[in-house]
Amino acid sequence: MDAILIQLLNGLDKGAAYALIALGLTLAFGTLGIVNFAHGALFMLGAFCAVSFQKILTISKKVKDESITFFDAYKEQPYLEIWWGDTGTAIIDYAVPLSIIMAIPVMLLIGFIMERGLIRHFYKRSHAEQILVTFGLAIIIQEVIRHFFGANPIPTPAPDVVSGSAAVGAFFGLNENLVYPWWRLIYLVFSAAIILAVFAFLKFTTFGMVVRAGMADRETVGLLGINIQKRFTIVFAIAALVAGLAGVMYAPILPPDYHMGMDFLVLSFVVVVVGGMGSLPGAVAAGFLLGVLQSFASMTEVSSLFPGIDQIIIYLVAVVILLVRPRGLMGREGVFED
Amino acid sequence: MKKNENTPHLNRRGFLKVASATGVAASAPMIFMKDAYAAKDFRNDPKDSKTVTLGFNVPQSGPYADEGADELRAYKLAVKHLNGEGDGGMMKTMKPSMLKGNGILGKKVVFSTGDTQTKSDAARASAKRMIEKDGALMITGGSSSGVAIAVQGLCQEMGTIFMAGLTHSNDTTGKDKRRYGFRHFFNTEMSGAALGPVLEKEYGKDRTAYHLTADYTWGWSQEGSIKKYTEAMGWKTKAAVKTPVGAGDFSQFITPVLNSGADVLVLNHYGKDMVNSLTQAVQFGLRDKQVNGKDFQIVVPLFSRLMAQGAGENIKGILGSTNWNWALKDEGSAAFVKSFGAEYGNPPSMAAHTCYVQTLLYANACEMAGTFYPPEVIKALEGFEFDGMGNGKTEYRAEDHQCFKDVLVVRGNQNPTSQFDLLEVVQEVPRAQVEYKPELLGGELGPYEV
Repeated sequence: MDAILIQLLNGLDKGAAYALIALGLTLAFGTLGIVNFAHGALFMLGAFCAVSFQKILTISKKVKDESITFFDAYKEQPYLEIWWGDTGTAIIDYAVPLSIIMAIPVMLLIGFIMERGLIRHFYKRSHAEQILVTFGLAIIIQEVIRHFFGANPIPTPAPDVVSGSAAVGAFFGLNENLVYPWWRLIYLVFSAAIILAVFAFLKFTTFGMVVRAGMADRETVGLLGINIQKRFTIVFAIAALVAGLAGVMYAPILPPDYHMGMDFLVLSFVVVVVGGMGSLPGAVAAGFLLGVLQSFASMTEVSSLFPGIDQIIIYLVAVVILLVRPRGLMGREGVFED
Repeated sequence: MKKNENTPHLNRRGFLKVASATGVAASAPMIFMKDAYAAKDFRNDPKDSKTVTLGFNVPQSGPYADEGADELRAYKLAVKHLNGEGDGGMMKTMKPSMLKGNGILGKKVVFSTGDTQTKSDAARASAKRMIEKDGALMITGGSSSGVAIAVQGLCQEMGTIFMAGLTHSNDTTGKDKRRYGFRHFFNTEMSGAALGPVLEKEYGKDRTAYHLTADYTWGWSQEGSIKKYTEAMGWKTKAAVKTPVGAGDFSQFITPVLNSGADVLVLNHYGKDMVNSLTQAVQFGLRDKQVNGKDFQIVVPLFSRLMAQGAGENIKGILGSTNWNWALKDEGSAAFVKSFGAEYGNPPSMAAHTCYVQTLLYANACEMAGTFYPPEVIKALEGFEFDGMGNGKTEYRAEDHQCFKDVLVVRGNQNPTSQFDLLEVVQEVPRAQVEYKPELLGGELGPYEV
């Protein structure tokens, strides 16, 4: 039971990341009909918002390290600590959650520029051309990040107070020694909150209603005199924001590097296809499902029977689901089947 | 009795004539040896050039990039010292040495660099580029055994000497050894032999280990060696799970350990992978666990100060082995640390140390051979015994081109006295304890002439 709880939590955690990225992908695909291969790069850019914010907060002065006598060595002391002492240290400690404040406008702006500057020129082109141009854009973004931040993963720790582990075993009445990292639990809750917020926005606001109507029948909404294109641009920016926030919060789990978006992109496309093209609930459900399956496949009992199964389980399940339900878990007939 | 006129006979004078003529004839090639080799054509012979180019092939990106950056610093320092600049570092302590601080064989040392990206194909491509386009006479670098073995193979084909940087797999000087490849760094067999008795002393004979292993030649080699020595003293191995290099998030591999019944986790990871897997293992509470009535332990068979720096608090108290540590007090280490620290403001890592030493050893071998001609340089290195380079008396064994020297067992320092004081030396394991017969790891060196 202990093992099942831990694997379940870990699976939900991974699934949350897949679901958030897939949700943004589906939003862009459902509204604009764009297959956006640069979506993984948006996730990576979000993580680098956290890195940049941390770097800004830790701009330092070099101070001589008197404990080294062999040669002249220096330590870096952040100006925030010099000026504000413990308060400065505490602000630096909370760099990742605080970076959300910076990430929101930055990601919205990036999404807006990306859609207006490039993607809108490819609405009427084939999906193959869309894939090529967005993939090219992803590579350009990666290389820009590599140029400015280097190729190495950059440690971006969570605040000290949540860097330890929560006693989940005791909470669920199981083994008291059973723990799970606090930040991963926070990531899970954060993801759930973002997903709910996106659904609530689309379900309960007039803006969301128009967008949903536009997703179902763009021409009719246009004939009613609504500028659906403008709304879709905003939706694209929101999709970029969702991916970016997923990246910001993932930074303490996986030290960001320029390539991290690509690693998630492929899996997220599988998630979108399994969930059903254009289906937001499908993307979320498939994200969590595949994350949990991947986690359980890595259990010793399973991997000893089927070595390497944890690496291919997602693709195996995708093949089976597409064989049984060709439109994915929640895909509807006639949607994106022109 | 009358002598037979037709029977050849030898008198004293005749014998002396024949013997003298034979002696002169036989010794002639030795007298003119240098000229003979100078006349011999070989790839990238500097001939009348005033410079000689060395190729530094290190990971400047990927999971081992930190080690790569430090290796490059060490190479640049070695070049500086060879050209007579700076304080000379270990050139002053190396014994025996023919290095004079005037380059190599009077030619100024210059270099070109390549990024291996910790990928074999990229490493071979950059090594080939340095040999063919930049005219590199020797290739050196690390920090991955997969890369080292791939580049070593290429160098054998191209007749260019390869002085391996950080590579720890047995295969580099075992089944994949090459005549043109030399390794100063220790290997997993030596790590196992050094670490095994310390693990037994610290954690006892009744333990169950769970291995997480980087899925390439070094990881397999490391896992095999640790299993060999721990199982011999009574430990059981619960599972050995292979993990992709550069996985980043190791949680899916760590969670199964929690309820596996194992009471020791052996992390056969290196560089950023080790930093990530160790940090995540600690986050999942492994170090606070009690299993089978014993405290759960984590072992990292190979670690360096750079990794300890990345892992921070998590490395404290963890046992492992290392090739060299900057805190060693011998004359050579002190000279190198002083020189490196003055240049870069940091003490060198073990990767930097081995790369620096390899560059000096190659240069010295050229001086000993009196030529850059690779087969003669190889012969000068084979069986070469030296001291004053930080690991006590060391020998480049002729049979497998592996250096044999003392090995360090270290522990993450519980009470560091400075920002660099991260490893505490538990034991300096003498060379005799880690030495093995060349046949143990197999392989064929191949020909001198290619």
